Amino acid sequence: MIFLDNLVNGISLGSIYAIIALGYTMVYGIAKMLNFAHGDVIMMGAYIAFCALQYWNLPPFLALVVAMLACTVMGVVIEGLAYRPLRQAASLAVLITAIGMSYLLQNLALMIWGANPKSFPSSMISIPTISLFGGQLKIAGATLVTILANIVIMVALTLFTSKTKTGKAMRCVSEDRGAASLMGINVNRTISITFAIGSALAAVAGILLCSSYPTLQPTTGSMPGIKAFTAAVFGGIGSIPGAMLGGLLLGVIEIFGKAYISTELGDAIVFAVLIIVLLVKPAGLLGKTVREKV
Amino acid sequence: MTEKKRHSDTRMVPVPSHSIVPERDLGSQPVLETSHLGIEFGGLKAVEDFNLTIGRTEIAGLIGPNGAGKTTVFNLITKVYEPTTGTVLINGKDTHGMNIVQASRLGIARTFQNIRLFGNMSVEDNVCIGLHNQIRYSMMEGVLRLPRYWGAERKMHKEALELLSIFDMQDLADTQAGSLPYGAQRRLEIVRALATNPSLLLLDEPAAGMNPHETEELMENIIKIRDRFQIAIMLIEHDMNLVMGICEGICVLNYGKVIAKGTAQEIQNNPVVVEAYLGKRKEGEK
Amino acid sequence: MTKAKRKRLIYNCITFAIVIIAFIVLQSMIENKTITRALKGQLIPICCWIVMAVSLNLVIGISGELSLGHAGFMSVGAFTGAVVSGYLLHGLGVENETLRLVLAIVGGGLIAGLAGVVIGIPVLRLRGDYLAIVTLAFGEIIRNLVNVTYIGVSDGALVFNFLRKNVPENTRMLVDGASGAVKVAKISTFTAGFVLVLITLVVVLNLINSRSGRAIKAIRDNRIAAESMGVPVTKYKMMAFVTAAVLAGMAGALYGLNSSTVVPSQFTFNQSINVLVFVVLGGLGNVLGSVISATLLTVLPEVLRAFADYRMLVYAIVLILVMIFTNNPTIRAFADRIFAPVKRLFTGKKEAEAA
Repeated sequence: MIFLDNLVNGISLGSIYAIIALGYTMVYGIAKMLNFAHGDVIMMGAYIAFCALQYWNLPPFLALVVAMLACTVMGVVIEGLAYRPLRQAASLAVLITAIGMSYLLQNLALMIWGANPKSFPSSMISIPTISLFGGQLKIAGATLVTILANIVIMVALTLFTSKTKTGKAMRCVSEDRGAASLMGINVNRTISITFAIGSALAAVAGILLCSSYPTLQPTTGSMPGIKAFTAAVFGGIGSIPGAMLGGLLLGVIEIFGKAYISTELGDAIVFAVLIIVLLVKPAGLLGKTVREKV
Repeated sequence: MTEKKRHSDTRMVPVPSHSIVPERDLGSQPVLETSHLGIEFGGLKAVEDFNLTIGRTEIAGLIGPNGAGKTTVFNLITKVYEPTTGTVLINGKDTHGMNIVQASRLGIARTFQNIRLFGNMSVEDNVCIGLHNQIRYSMMEGVLRLPRYWGAERKMHKEALELLSIFDMQDLADTQAGSLPYGAQRRLEIVRALATNPSLLLLDEPAAGMNPHETEELMENIIKIRDRFQIAIMLIEHDMNLVMGICEGICVLNYGKVIAKGTAQEIQNNPVVVEAYLGKRKEGEK
Repeated sequence: MTKAKRKRLIYNCITFAIVIIAFIVLQSMIENKTITRALKGQLIPICCWIVMAVSLNLVIGISGELSLGHAGFMSVGAFTGAVVSGYLLHGLGVENETLRLVLAIVGGGLIAGLAGVVIGIPVLRLRGDYLAIVTLAFGEIIRNLVNVTYIGVSDGALVFNFLRKNVPENTRMLVDGASGAVKVAKISTFTAGFVLVLITLVVVLNLINSRSGRAIKAIRDNRIAAESMGVPVTKYKMMAFVTAAVLAGMAGALYGLNSSTVVPSQFTFNQSINVLVFVVLGGLGNVLGSVISATLLTVLPEVLRAFADYRMLVYAIVLILVMIFTNNPTIRAFADRIFAPVKRLFTGKKEAEAA
């Protein structure tokens, strides 16, 4: 039963990673940049939801909508102000800018909400704990919602990118930006939409993360952010099913590593897995290798 | 392979060739020998059954319509790609399983279609990278500035300027390579490749973007380089004046396959080549 | 001598002159007791951060690889230094502080260099963003591993535990897991810091202007072309990476032996970013710039206490602005136009003389 318990926890954590990883993977696939600040958008989303619930007394659903809207705007603004001027620049410059943006968000949060950790209200997800096998296996409401949300988002995104016109435009831009713009696709707008979707998902991820792990502070987003990026790379960056697979595997590995090997080494195990995967399959589990043109 | 192909079968120029270098020794080992060379990219055969031999001081041309696989042949010879089938022998040594660096040490040097200079470094430093394996000293000797460092650096400077003088570029030694005009960048690439002391020099579209006058000069210089360094040169070029003017042997590639081999005259009169470039003449049409 | 060589010589001379003069001035201030307490306490950290910034510049600016785990090597150096110094004192009874400091710094450099080799082998096979994220991962792994490492001295012998603490009763702990190195003898001196800075400058500047340094820069500019010229890529990337790791380890040892407690959480990802800010603001590939920015950015927050709260916020904004200003073609052209008259003041004169 402990095994099953760990498995459920692992899948739940993995689902959160998967949703965050989607933001990374979409942005990486389309803008060809590592949006280091994504983890901090998650933190911002969680703080906004926290304020909506605690101070403005909004119902959970409205809190979710407010957080998603705020994060969407934030994502688009970040892209427009900091990343768009660097569209032609070397990837090193863009990455350093993204790191700067990550620090900017963390320190803004520090100024607005202070360094003291806030406890995320449990009223966000008010589904009771489910008991299975005569009370031997308990699944928290938040866990259940997380796993369901992950499935819904995954299906919706897959349909969006394969069926809608905007989704197809996104896939075009990720294949070949130059050719896409020659075909009349507005590349800047497409990249903005990608950031908008990724950031809205970040808000969802932030709320789910803080429902399961309720300590909220300015650095809340950075570690899950880094791990979710790891998950995206693990699954093959740029691939939506890859993000799902990578996230779930990583969550399970982390929980099992902490349970059976060492609590202190949990993070180290996750990162060690990333390194091994990159060495064996440099493009990730579901990614495709691209030959460099000479 | 049960029976090794004879050099004369794969040689582009019928033996004996009309050589302008009298001491060319056709009997000695060729610089480059490829047999049944081929590569597939996900089922697409980019190059197929490519057989070629290049003599020690030959100037060879590789031509063909766009997308015929010419640069891919260069990439196979220089080990940028590992061939799916066939072998490449450089100076008689099989390059199977080697990487780019090892192949370069066997004596091939190349230039690139899309110029690949070290743009942030000076012209002289670019040539010094070519001399990297010619004049050596260790990291420690460099950091501690031991006597060998000073000697080697002096020698390197002298040789770099001497090589640059081939194209009259000594005065540009301190210029940043990335800020050179286009033609000068192409010439610098050739100098840099020569600095590695190759026995086979591969030039990928050396005259691209040059005006007729510059091309004329380049042709003279290519011959000058061959005569002075006694090396073989193989070039890809779309400028037919250049190819027909200086290449002693020409190989025509289309859809990854060799469709003709021979001297300039033979190639010009070959109906298959004309068809590949201009399309098939419709029946009844005159 | 060519013009480029003369320019390089002048640049190197200026770099060394600034560092040596600064040392002489500060040293005489210490002797005259005219130095403020706050500044005196900052002297050794400044030396450490200069070494960190210059060595990271070797990796990012010269070798062109973004490493986000540089603090990890500093951590390795700091704890190795604490162990070496502690073992010499408590295990072997070496009282001479200078000898202990020198051995600790050498030990820190060696072990960090070893870590650099172990990490470099897998990391340097990757490219671009992947490399950055994996160096970050390694920095975190190092921190995690130090958290579960227990080293102590018992009856003159070194006791080493991993994961679970299991030491004899009379053990004197040198590294105690997450609580880090405690009761470290503070033996770092400003002179040692100065010598370390000089060594770093000699190594990095001489390396850059040698055959190996040229190869490293060539790989940065164009990997495939460098390979085609017969330059082995992995060897030279490794050379830059490991040299930087050794220097960071030495800086770490000096840093660790400057305070009585060293904890693993001092060397997080944030610390790596701090050093990255020094490097970026000083100018990628500009060694003198790294020295100056590391010094100023270490001193400034101490001087402007009130500003300290906003330090990271300002850092972040400055980092973004510097990147946009130096990398956006439109803004750059605009800036060049504005500064053109200023530039002409200097260059115009020379042209007139020549004509």
